[in-house]
Amino acid sequence: MDPVFLAELAINGALTGLLYSLFAIGLVLIYKASSVPNLAQGGLTMVGAYVVLALARDVGMPLWLAIPIAVAIMFGLGFGIERVALRRLAGRPVVMILMITLGLDIFLRGTTLAVWGGTSRSMELGVSYEPLFLGDILVSRIHLVGAFVAVMFFAAFLLFFRTRLGIKLRAIADDYMASWSVGISVERGIGLSWGLASVVAVSAGVIWGEIQGVDQALSLLLLKGLTVAVLGGLDSILGAIVAGIILGVVENVGADFLDPLVGGGSRELIVAAVLILTIMIRPHGLFGRHDIERV
Amino acid sequence: MFYRLSGVYHTNYISDSRIYKVPADRNLALALLVLGVAAPFIAPSLYVNSYMLPWLIWTSAALGLNLVTGWAGQLHLGYAAVMAVGAYSAIHAARFGVPWEFALIIGGLSASVIGSLFAFAALRAKGLYLALTTLAMQFIMDWVLTHSPAISGGSHASLQAPTLKLLGQEITSDTGLYYVALAWCLLVTIFMLNLKRTGLGRALVAVREKDYAAAILGVHSFYYKIVAFAMSSFIGGVSGALLVATFFFLAAPEQFSVAVSIQALAMVIVGGLGSIIGSYFGVALILLVPGLVNGVVVTASEQLGMQINVETLAHIPNAVYGALIVIILLIEPLGLGKLYGNIRDYLMVWPFDQLRK
Repeated sequence: MDPVFLAELAINGALTGLLYSLFAIGLVLIYKASSVPNLAQGGLTMVGAYVVLALARDVGMPLWLAIPIAVAIMFGLGFGIERVALRRLAGRPVVMILMITLGLDIFLRGTTLAVWGGTSRSMELGVSYEPLFLGDILVSRIHLVGAFVAVMFFAAFLLFFRTRLGIKLRAIADDYMASWSVGISVERGIGLSWGLASVVAVSAGVIWGEIQGVDQALSLLLLKGLTVAVLGGLDSILGAIVAGIILGVVENVGADFLDPLVGGGSRELIVAAVLILTIMIRPHGLFGRHDIERV
Repeated sequence: MFYRLSGVYHTNYISDSRIYKVPADRNLALALLVLGVAAPFIAPSLYVNSYMLPWLIWTSAALGLNLVTGWAGQLHLGYAAVMAVGAYSAIHAARFGVPWEFALIIGGLSASVIGSLFAFAALRAKGLYLALTTLAMQFIMDWVLTHSPAISGGSHASLQAPTLKLLGQEITSDTGLYYVALAWCLLVTIFMLNLKRTGLGRALVAVREKDYAAAILGVHSFYYKIVAFAMSSFIGGVSGALLVATFFFLAAPEQFSVAVSIQALAMVIVGGLGSIIGSYFGVALILLVPGLVNGVVVTASEQLGMQINVETLAHIPNAVYGALIVIILLIEPLGLGKLYGNIRDYLMVWPFDQLRK
């Protein structure tokens, strides 16, 4: 195989992978703070994109104003979901928590489509579709922008976790009983993590909405996001970034090898296989915490 | 008042291990059975075949999932894939000329073989990770189904089921199909009712509560996990086959997609983990209420003269379905079965409920 083509596949794969990381950071934030696997992240991403569009099209705001306002709205939504739904189920078996997030996902998707309809809309961020050549390698501009946003979020969270509030969140993630006893409001911290995850969902929604159009398919990112989060270790943001790059490269290069063999569409298969293999071989992922279970 | 514990004395172990310890429960079950048998004669056949029949088959499928999730405590997000294996192998067998009785058993057995693969995931992972593994397996199964024309039936990806024929009788009438569904559902229900009082059932519960602790008691947890997955997959496979044979008449991959797996899990959890009567309620709620709500919305909007666009109407059932899951879990995390249990407990001592306090 031509090395330049292989490099092109790998680089574009890595950029796409960073966009999966953008999605996965939302999952990681919530899991880190409260050990809740948020299967509604796909629904949240979709709502985020639709809210931005609603503000931009139906209200008529420019995008630079619509996005911050959507961020504020979604922060409230995430905070509200935690307050109304998740807090009441705290301490319940994981099956019920999984189910309620799945229920939320279905509800968010159904409501969004009932309100705004299912036809695909375009985001129109204004990023040009002119091909960008780095040497001989063709790179998509919007993927580059998205990858930049993902890395920015990572950097922002690195800094955030050094602030007073961020240290509180880290304490909650570490041991919520101990945090309670030193006077940290655990409930507020978990609510905050939901709010932040929803903010990340807006950005993922905007970037992915630009790439594939704003429609129901945005919630299908869930499997890829989950795979990235699990591979990275579910409670590590750095893990989400690294795992995103790995999954993106493996998916893009692997699909190129496998597609001719199986007749196309092998991406889903590769992602599912990575998820299964990760859980079988290293359930705590690359950077996750290895917890010991006791009887 | 009709539920009375007073006057019910258990003087030996046999009477104490009865399925229905309170006569009222048994009478209620018998009354429901009579209603179920008489349904084709008292209800319009449209209702019987488009609501009651899928309800019964889905209930048997949900009971199968409840066996593995509610009893053995293993999360399963790939149940639709298992149902698909059963449905497709039974239909292929029937098309090949195997009698339907055997085709259904072949469907069940092949589903249990594939379903046991899910159990190997349960060997290494549990809880959330098991759920994610089974979810990934469901995606792989979906992919295999949609990408292999030999299984899914050519370019249209749909497979016509041959006419159901049991014991030499062609079953084509609505009433006949309904009775097939009722018989299967009864069979599964009786099996599940009895499972509770066998050693196997108790072993499964021990594995659910804590597998290490079960191992210390001498219960080989991995063996029972495989047994649970195999049994539930058998039930799921036959239910899937019957669903196609009596309701859809045409098998297509979308009938067994990820969304359907989630729906099946929702039925079990909304119904109540480990509750048999709850599975009936859960399936009814998840399967029928969204459609009913949509009907109400349509009539209300016509009455009020409002114009609701078609797309909105198409998505309202989905929103309602999601909201139902959330609301039920918030009201009673143990599901509708627990709500029923609360009412039953209240009636058991009514009007002397102060005696309990």
